[in-house]
Amino acid sequence: MIEIKNLKAKIDGKEILQGINLQVNAGEVHAIMGPNGSGKSTLANVIAGHEKYEATSGTVTFNEKDLLSMATEDRAREGLFLGFQYPVEIPGVSNAIFLQTAINEIRKYNNLPELTPKDFLDKMKEKAKIVGMDSSLISRSVNTGFSGGEKKKNEIFQLLMLEPKLAILDETDSGLDIDALRVVSNGVNEFKNKNNAVILVTHYQRLLDYIVPDFIHVLYNGKIIKSGGKELALELEEKGYDWITKGEA
Amino acid sequence: MSVEVKKIDAIEHYTLSAEKVIANNKNKFISQLQSESKSKLSSVKFPTLKTEEWKYTNLKSLLGSEFIHSAELEEFKITSEDVEKVKSINFENYLLVFVNGVLKKELSDFQELQNKILISTIPESIANNKTIVEKHLSKIAVNKTAFDYLNLSNFVDGLFIQIPDNVVLEKPIQILNITGSMGKPTFVPTRNLFVVGKNSEATIVQKYVGKGEKYFNNISSEVFIDTNGTLNIYKIELENENSYHVDKTDVLQSRDSNFNHFNFSFGGKLVRNDINTELADENIECTLNGLYIANGKQHIDNSTFINHAKPHCTSNELYKGILDDKSRGVFSGKILVERDAQLTNAYQNNNTILLSDDATVDTKPQLEIYADDVKCTHGATVGQLDESAMFYILSRGIPRDKARAMLITAFAESVVTGVKIEALRNELNSLINENLNRD
Ligand SMILES: Nc1ncnc2c1ncn2[C@@H]1O[C@H](COP(=O)(O)OP(=O)(O)OP(=O)(O)O)[C@@H](O)[C@H]1O
Ligand SMILES: [Mg+2]
Repeated sequence: MIEIKNLKAKIDGKEILQGINLQVNAGEVHAIMGPNGSGKSTLANVIAGHEKYEATSGTVTFNEKDLLSMATEDRAREGLFLGFQYPVEIPGVSNAIFLQTAINEIRKYNNLPELTPKDFLDKMKEKAKIVGMDSSLISRSVNTGFSGGEKKKNEIFQLLMLEPKLAILDETDSGLDIDALRVVSNGVNEFKNKNNAVILVTHYQRLLDYIVPDFIHVLYNGKIIKSGGKELALELEEKGYDWITKGEA
Repeated sequence: MSVEVKKIDAIEHYTLSAEKVIANNKNKFISQLQSESKSKLSSVKFPTLKTEEWKYTNLKSLLGSEFIHSAELEEFKITSEDVEKVKSINFENYLLVFVNGVLKKELSDFQELQNKILISTIPESIANNKTIVEKHLSKIAVNKTAFDYLNLSNFVDGLFIQIPDNVVLEKPIQILNITGSMGKPTFVPTRNLFVVGKNSEATIVQKYVGKGEKYFNNISSEVFIDTNGTLNIYKIELENENSYHVDKTDVLQSRDSNFNHFNFSFGGKLVRNDINTELADENIECTLNGLYIANGKQHIDNSTFINHAKPHCTSNELYKGILDDKSRGVFSGKILVERDAQLTNAYQNNNTILLSDDATVDTKPQLEIYADDVKCTHGATVGQLDESAMFYILSRGIPRDKARAMLITAFAESVVTGVKIEALRNELNSLINENLNRD
């Protein structure tokens, strides 16, 4: 699905990613953990194509294509999705119009006909149910005036609507109460199948009780310093990061 | 071969055109007023860059051109099909169509309105409502400049609307001002007098549409709102790209009244909008909002003055601009809080997005506060489109031009949302998009 080799990236002249290697295959769930400021969002943003970040070396191959040379919107059209740590408000643009535009642009790129308004509405109803988005929220402007939890649910709603091949979810679990966490996790589990893949960025083991990862990676100072199976999360929860970061610069 | 440049003296030129207007005017009261105004005009000068209130707006090209009064030119023909194409639709409204400042009854549709309110041209109004017209005509305007005298001495038809006491008009009045010029640069003086009675309420959609070639549209509006009255004005300006639009609106508000003015500027080579509101009694609310979109070399200047004369009044101002290419925006907002005006709330904001490195904006907030117990705030921001929001939209597969349009809709939203007519909000959103993608 995606193969990241020795990826280095900087923002405003400051090197943040110091050589990341990561391979994610179809059907897998990977979790990336690590202390604040270690570069998790940077990695997600570089992959998704935020222009403020500059990839200085390394390669990212996404389904056999060179991702780093692709425009941001084309990465999405190739099947990449980023769930934002801080979703952006767009007043005056309804969720429905936003999603309809996105879906049809993605379909157009992939030589598929536009969804009919009816098919689109049906799909919206079906997916909204999964994350408990009521119709009033959908008719409102994108994220505008949404609570923190509603914004995160809306990210998962978009994920379900856009049906990407790879979803990178940056702290979609942060700031959620236990009910919302269940709803969001349930949404991700609905999405997941053997043909797609998920990268979860999280600080909390509790998310991983609901979405069970195949691999866990610890990012520290812009490098993956440890990888392991799901039991690594429990160890981190118990002992913190000190025992692995010791001796790392 | 030498090119002969005819230098025109604007004061002399427009004094002459006023003379012809006055000679043709059969109405004694008005011709008297116009004669006085004409002599004032001949004794003043037009503002220059040295005039403080006009220091960002250069009038040289406007005043150096020889615009001929539309009354001296052949009539500009507008058909009902033309009207259909440009009027605002999808909401119930009464329609008044003016072509080059002259009311075209055959293109209008407001019979029903005549049973409810007084509505006529200004000369017609003298016959039936002399006292009220006499009381207000040219009396509300403050800070008069040459443009005031120019307009008063040169206007031909004008519009008088009086909403009697205790009348709430459910349907808005749409005033469609079509300005047209063929061959010769045309001067069109347009004049309005709106009087809203006690406890009455009305909404006016003022739409300015340009046709043909170069013209100079000069507008004076005077507004009086009596006790507990409400007036909403939505002004949509769509002049053509060679034209000049100089509008001065003066408002006098009485106790417990409410005035909401929205100014949407899209067209015009040079646009200057002055709004002066006098909050002359207690518990008044006044909202002045504006949105302007400019590209090419357009110049759009919005100048507001709110005079808080009495206690317990609130004013809100929000002006937003989106400037592309080499366009220039100006916002100057003066707020005067008099000694007597305790417990005043005055809020002012001006936000601008510059889409190109060559676009510029000048913002001049001016707060003069002589009362001590007041809440006054003002803020101005100038920036580019928000990068992280752009990234968010692109990351959903939406192309850059659509993403840009979405962000601009989002930016304009806080102004557009105040318009209480849904169909008009939709029209405004499409106008925003059309005008952004215009080349
Ligand atoms: N514009 C910038 N200029 C310089 N440094 C920056 C800039 N933006 C981010 N950084 C730095 O990059 C580092 C990595 O930030 P990043 O947001 O990727 O961390 P993170 O692992 O996602 O943290 P968190 O868990 O708090 O979300 C931080 O040290 C941050 O301060
Ligand atoms: Mg982060």
